Amino acid sequence: MSRARPETPARLEIRGPASARRLWNAGLLASCWLAAAVVILPLALIVWHLLARGLAGLNADFFLRLPKPVGEPGGGMANAIAGTLILVGLGALFAVPVGVGAGVWLAEYGRGRLATVVRYTADVLAGVPSIVVGVAVYGLVVLPMGRFSALAGGVALGILMLPTIVRSTEEVVLLVPRSYREAALALGAPRWRAIQDVVVPSAAAGIVTAALLAVARAAGETAPLLFTALGNRFWSARLDQPIASLPTMIYDYAKAPYEDWNRQAWTGALVLLVLVTLLSAALRLALRRLPGRSPR
Amino acid sequence: MSASAALARPPAAPLRRPSAGPPRGSAAAAVRRGPVADDLYRTLLGACALLVFVVVVLIVQQSVVGALPSIRAFGWHFLVSSQWDPVAERFGALPYLYGTLVSSALAMLLAVPLGLATAVFLAEVAPRRVGSMVAFVVELLASIPSIVYGIWGLFVLAPFLRTLVEPWLIRHLGFLPLFEGFPFGIGMLNAGLVLAVMVLPTIVSISREVLLATPGALRQAALALGSTRAEAIAVAVDAARPGILGAAILGLGRALGETMAVTMVIGNTNRISASLLAPGATMASVIANEFTEATGALHLSALFEVALVLFALTLVVNAAARLLVHWATGGRRDVAGAA
Repeated sequence: MSRARPETPARLEIRGPASARRLWNAGLLASCWLAAAVVILPLALIVWHLLARGLAGLNADFFLRLPKPVGEPGGGMANAIAGTLILVGLGALFAVPVGVGAGVWLAEYGRGRLATVVRYTADVLAGVPSIVVGVAVYGLVVLPMGRFSALAGGVALGILMLPTIVRSTEEVVLLVPRSYREAALALGAPRWRAIQDVVVPSAAAGIVTAALLAVARAAGETAPLLFTALGNRFWSARLDQPIASLPTMIYDYAKAPYEDWNRQAWTGALVLLVLVTLLSAALRLALRRLPGRSPR
Repeated sequence: MSASAALARPPAAPLRRPSAGPPRGSAAAAVRRGPVADDLYRTLLGACALLVFVVVVLIVQQSVVGALPSIRAFGWHFLVSSQWDPVAERFGALPYLYGTLVSSALAMLLAVPLGLATAVFLAEVAPRRVGSMVAFVVELLASIPSIVYGIWGLFVLAPFLRTLVEPWLIRHLGFLPLFEGFPFGIGMLNAGLVLAVMVLPTIVSISREVLLATPGALRQAALALGSTRAEAIAVAVDAARPGILGAAILGLGRALGETMAVTMVIGNTNRISASLLAPGATMASVIANEFTEATGALHLSALFEVALVLFALTLVVNAAARLLVHWATGGRRDVAGAA
């Protein structure tokens, strides 16, 4: 490579740029490899420590029992796991229909000024810190109701799911070939049936995956639940009462000055990570194989 | 007749209902149910889209309404006062603003070079196998809940910093105000490190997208002129600079609003200290800590105002980032999806 350069030999001899450039080249490429290794390191460490510290507490009791009072060993986080499922379910109940509806609208009708505004606000919503969503839902639901509730927690999680669902749905629906719509219309279907019965089903796999991805991510959220769902040490399935959730219970247990609680926090974190990460990892893999989704 | 004409139109054309109004007769209804249902369907979906907009408006409205008493009481003074005294009902958010900015800046300082190098690795250097594996790990990092980062920062990183890193820093760099004080383990440094790990996926994945969007001819031309591989890559990176800057700012937006992990590792004291080893607090962490225990209406309102300031800050930062990435990729990449 250096032989091809048009510089004079004299300059080459004086400065020896060829070797310096080669060194620089090798150094930069090596540092790229190094950087990639450094980025992998935290993930490896986190997974390692979660397994090392959390695996010991992982037993049937953890999934089946209520938390024990301080000082009594044993107990589990059964109510928190159930609570997380309820909260996430509530959020999805609100966010999935609205998000998919908005996404389909953006893809099929979204050409006017309103569409631009909606797209922009969905992007804004994606950037709103989750704690701010919690504060807003506190003012919106908790204050009028007069107490912390599962409903408020569900609304907060739903708002966090919304932007991902909207934009992914739009993206997936836009990928459905135009000829599908034309074929349906040519067969005499009204436009709404063409969308509802032809376009949406052919994008369904992508829509479902996007929705599940948003739901999985919301399941790990803690900040917006602190002052909406609050937390609870007992079973509760009532929507107008505070409810436990896995992330907030992990937070409480990690802050507590009791070693036994800290151990359980690690186990809880392990369970949460498996719940969230494995779900989204599996979904990401599935996402790549789905028809009707662009290979990224 | 008009109904079937409307049906035959391609979907791009706006569909208009026949001007005759809603059909009444049974036979006519059977034919014209399409357009009426069409309108209904369209309105329903439009309402969903409108609701997304309404949600954002409600968030803004709630933050502003909640913050009003505090805004009236303290005005701009709120942003420059460092007195936070719930008993005397005097509130100033400067320590939290400072903590948010410093911890995020520290995170950026660590994450941007590392993230850029990793993005270059993924886009330009890595063999396919290795590249897709690293990309997968980066995506996994993005899906780890923040509370898990927090618990790791608190129980693993903090003791490590306290016993090894911080004593070393104090011994060798203690003459700098940045590294004086005691090795607490928790504090600005810990928060910065955890935040750096948390924003890496954002920076890496978007920088990679931007790099891939630059024309290959740039590299080929550089190589043809006798460049080394690193020099050719530098040309591509230079072309992708606005987009990479956008990726970094988007990561910054994420770092500014991050709550749980930071709350667990920053130490939560409302003091401004020049040392990175000292504990501090951020806007998000003070909300997380004090919101449910707010003692009075004004205290709660002050926390609402902190949320409002945080919201405004992330809004500006994210908007800047979006513009940059959009500009850099010519609108070809959907940054919202990548973020």
